[in-house]
Amino acid sequence: MQAQEIYEKLKAEFGDAIIEFNAEPFFDPFVLVTTDKLFDICLYLRDTQGLEFDYLSCLGGMDYKENLGVVYHLYSIKLKHTFVIKVTVSKENPFVPTVERIWRTADWHEREAYDMMGIQFEGHHNLIRILCPYDWENFPLRKDYVQPDEYHGMKVPY
Amino acid sequence: MGLLNKLDDPYYGGGIILGKVEDILNWGRSKSDWYLQFGLACCAIEFMAVNASHFDFMRFGCIPRTSPRQADFIIISGTVTFKMAERIKVLYEQMAEPKYVISMGSCSNCGGPYWEHGYHVLKGVDRIIPVDVYIPGCPPRPEALEEGMIRLQEKINKQAIFNKRKRLAEEEKQELIIDN
Ligand code: SF4
Repeated sequence: MQAQEIYEKLKAEFGDAIIEFNAEPFFDPFVLVTTDKLFDICLYLRDTQGLEFDYLSCLGGMDYKENLGVVYHLYSIKLKHTFVIKVTVSKENPFVPTVERIWRTADWHEREAYDMMGIQFEGHHNLIRILCPYDWENFPLRKDYVQPDEYHGMKVPY
Repeated sequence: MGLLNKLDDPYYGGGIILGKVEDILNWGRSKSDWYLQFGLACCAIEFMAVNASHFDFMRFGCIPRTSPRQADFIIISGTVTFKMAERIKVLYEQMAEPKYVISMGSCSNCGGPYWEHGYHVLKGVDRIIPVDVYIPGCPPRPEALEEGMIRLQEKINKQAIFNKRKRLAEEEKQELIIDN
């Protein structure tokens, strides 16, 4: 199914929760959705006949300077089509519902997005750091991150 | 050291070797160095190549040990992240004396490609444990690692075993004199 058709289906089902559809050439076509309907949209994409996105190929955290965001790359192994969903959240209030119960892959990916960007996934069963040590402070891939001078007595700068 | 060459020497003749016990002990020590089976990042791939049949690390008498208690030296082969640095220190401390460290690759020498923006990388493993041989390269070629191994053997061959404390004390005294 083409991205345009998927978008139309989503728009008919969820209305205002779909903020924007972008199908510029050279990019993967994506829809921007609101966080409060994200879980329902993902469930719909997975379970509807003709969409059947049974595979989350990638989930990534983003820092857009003013906002944070999460990007979901979906793929249907059965129907061989792809789709991209994006959400944005503010830096002060970075709460996004988890999709871990829809695609099991999201478990570690969400932990990574939390570890690097500080995005809080509500409802995640085990939202702890995955790459950095557990007692690491701040979120290193944010654009305004300043690296510490010392970690456990070891000097960080060169 | 050429201990065996002395057998061919007409002066020594008759299958008798005159030498120091220290030399023969060091000869044995340097030719059967066992290393900790331990790899960190991309350098570890090269390290594995050295272990395999093309480069055959075992001809140096090097056998991988999976326990630090049995290892004579450790090859820090790759990026030392802060998370790993603490574990490396524990592994090093668990090794029995005498113990040696080879730092392989730019990463463990000085931080390598992560020197500036690597908030998570220790800029040189020598900040936490003493290093005997540094091998440059990103990653070093297997030949370079073998060269490093030969350097380590040379170093072991030259080491003093007996009266170590006395000698060290004397050295320290001399250093003090030089410093003053
Ligand atoms: S020195 Fe280069 S090859 Fe070795 S671990 Fe670092 S980045 Fe990888």
